[in-house]
Order: sequence, then structure tokens, then C-alpha cells
Amino acid sequence: MSARVAMLHGDTVFRIHWVLGTDRLVGVCHCGAEHESEEPVELWDWLLAHPEGHDTRPGEPAPPPERALAGV
Amino acid sequence: MTTPTTFARNQWYVAAYGREIGRELFARTICGEPIVFYRTEAGEAVALADRCVHRRYPLSESRLDGDRIVCGYHGFTYDTAGSCVFVPGQTRIPRTARVPSYPLVEQDSFVWVWIGDRDKADPAAVPRAPWLADPAYTTVSGMEPLAARYELLVDNLLDLSHETYLHGGYIGTPEVANTPITTEVDEEKEIIYVSRHMADAECPSFYAKSTGIEGRITRWQDIEYHPPCLYLLHSRIAPVGVLPNDDGTDPDGFHVEVVYAITPETEHSTHDFWAVARDFALDDEGVSAFLAESNRTVVLQDVTALNILEQVIQSEPEGYQELSINIDTGGLAARRFLKRMVERGQQPAERPAAVRS
Repeated sequence: MSARVAMLHGDTVFRIHWVLGTDRLVGVCHCGAEHESEEPVELWDWLLAHPEGHDTRPGEPAPPPERALAGV
Repeated sequence: MTTPTTFARNQWYVAAYGREIGRELFARTICGEPIVFYRTEAGEAVALADRCVHRRYPLSESRLDGDRIVCGYHGFTYDTAGSCVFVPGQTRIPRTARVPSYPLVEQDSFVWVWIGDRDKADPAAVPRAPWLADPAYTTVSGMEPLAARYELLVDNLLDLSHETYLHGGYIGTPEVANTPITTEVDEEKEIIYVSRHMADAECPSFYAKSTGIEGRITRWQDIEYHPPCLYLLHSRIAPVGVLPNDDGTDPDGFHVEVVYAITPETEHSTHDFWAVARDFALDDEGVSAFLAESNRTVVLQDVTALNILEQVIQSEPEGYQELSINIDTGGLAARRFLKRMVERGQQPAERPAAVRS
């Protein structure tokens, strides 16, 4: 499945996609900035450093949820 | 009482299944705190500290007199709120004669207790696992004691690629380890979601036997972790190419909701609650027996491995070296949330989770 999955829809959601067929990870910040890495620790460090080093641009709207969360 | 620093206080934890609590006194330690449970004659569950205020005798080794516990050593008697209503040989009851009671919620077949400051307990914050008490689902469940710290079980459940190796032949197939995953983290709600959608996968025996599907499958595994305690695995099985409808309905998919409650017992032991709810073959006792046996086998495989790992970690000096790779992306997020929750629980005044924006 190559389409990016988006199940959480809050205002402060970080996403990390594992690129199909590769060892690469793509981190997507809630500000829309993206960063690629092969090291999850390094990628989390980059995401959590927001806004430092984040080239913010308008993010694409997330697709609708495929199912409802169980909720809290 | 000294609380070990590895537990996240001011959180709800699953203490038991509702069926475990009755008119017999029931002892269980949660986050290092010994607790006695029972039901009143009206059926309401009660949780009190399991130590008599007098000489620390376990109240769970005592007896019920109506809705009151009579200590089995000297007869100190406590009501459902933990207040002492009788002491032996004298009429004056000391003002300090009471044991703590625990806020408690019965929901989705679980008994949840609040570990932390009483006035911070919000019953509405108990996370949900609604399938476990939904007549549209049939559920099998159990609990296995784990002689390992709860963090090891969190690591284990957040990365399902271990299924291929530790559980090969049961729920693991080669595709589980070879399918990319998407990890999502909601900083504000403190939820971790790990999606692994396999378009064309081998059908493991666990599901082939229970669904009757022959041939390859579309298999989705969606982890939804509400740290520290509740872990949900939404599993969808369908013949290859069969997807949910655009409106979200999914009449041709088989749904299995696997629920774990990860409850620390001590710093080095954990209550590993597990439940498997399904929306097919509802009345088929053979399927229930098969799913229960299979899942328990899988849980025990994890228990065996994690017990070994606990011993290894205990024997090593602090700061041992680890290596994290792509499969650990969700587990790293879980560790970060748990660390944050542990630190927050140690603060005298709780503040909302800090979210950088």
C-alpha cells in the first residue's frame, strides 16, 4: 500500500511513513514540514525540534479516517 | 509509601476483569500498591489498600461482614470507603484509623483503578475497549503474569514485526516483517497509532481456521495505544482485494479486536491482560476455543521471551547499549510518552502535556 495512511487527525500529530520497498522513513510534522532519514531516533529528534529546522509549508489536507478511534 | 519512579502515577490502570471480583476478598498489587477488592451485597466493586492500619495485616486475608471487612488479625473493621468503624476493646476509634480507598470504574468488562491523587481521578478519562462488552462481538480473554517490567511488554506490542520470529506459525507470516508501517503520534491526546496494511498476504492459521478464508488475504493491523495501560490492535482480514466500502461499512471484512491491558504489578513484574473480540462466528464455540488457545499460546511465547529479557537487563549495568531501527519507530514514541507521564506523575501539581507549537 503506497498511499499515505492518516488515522489520527488532531492538530499536533506527527507522522512517520516507511517508504515502500526502501529503508527510508519520511517524517511529517504537524506544521507540514517533511524530513527523510534512515534512523528513527534521528527522525524523532528532528520532528520534536519543531519549529527549529522545519521549513513550514501548507500541508495537504489529510484523508478522511478509515475508522473511528475507540476514543478515550 | 515510597512509589517506585518507573510507574506513571495519576493514571487509570486495569486491575481485574469484572468477573474476578465477587464476594470473596481478592488481592492484587497494582503499581507496587497492594489492593484488596470485593463486591458489596448490592454488587458494587470496592478497592481498598490491602493493609490494616493497625499492624499492616493484609485485609485480603480477612473476611467480609456484610459490606465491611473485618481484619483477620485483631478485628479492625472497615467500611467501603476505608473508614474504620470498629476497633477491638475500646469505644474510641482513632481519627487516623482508615485505609485509602481507590477510585474505581467498571467498564468494557474491566475493573479500572486510579493510581495517584484521588482528587485528580476523572472517570471520563478511562480509555475505552467497547467490543469487550458488545453483544455484536464474541470475546475470549485471560491474564498471564509476566515476570518482567511493563516497559518490555510495551516495546513488544508496539512492534509487531516480532510476530514473524517469535510467533511463526501462529500469527506471524513473512509479510508482517516486510510491510512498511506508518506511525502517528498525537502529542496532545497522547495516542500512538501504528498502521500496517498488507494488500496481499499469506493467511496465518490463527485466522484461516477462525474465518474459513482460503487463500491469500488483505490484512490490516492498526495499533492504537493509549499509554500507559490500554493497547488496542484493530485487525481486519478479508480475501485479497476486498476493501471496506467508501461509506466506512465493511460487510465483507472479518474484524478482530485484540485488547491488551498492560498493568505494572511491581518494578519487575506485570499483569498481562489479553482479550480477543470478533464479529464473526459469534456462536461457534470451536472458534472461541481455538482463538483463546491460540492467543494464550502467543501471549505465553511473549511471556517466556520477556522473562528472559528481564533477567538479562537486571544483570547488566545501567545505560546498556541498544540499537533502534525502522521497526522501532512506534516503540520509541511510546517510551517518550511513558517517560513524560512518569515525570508528570511525580510533580505535585499536574499540568497539561506540553505541546510545542
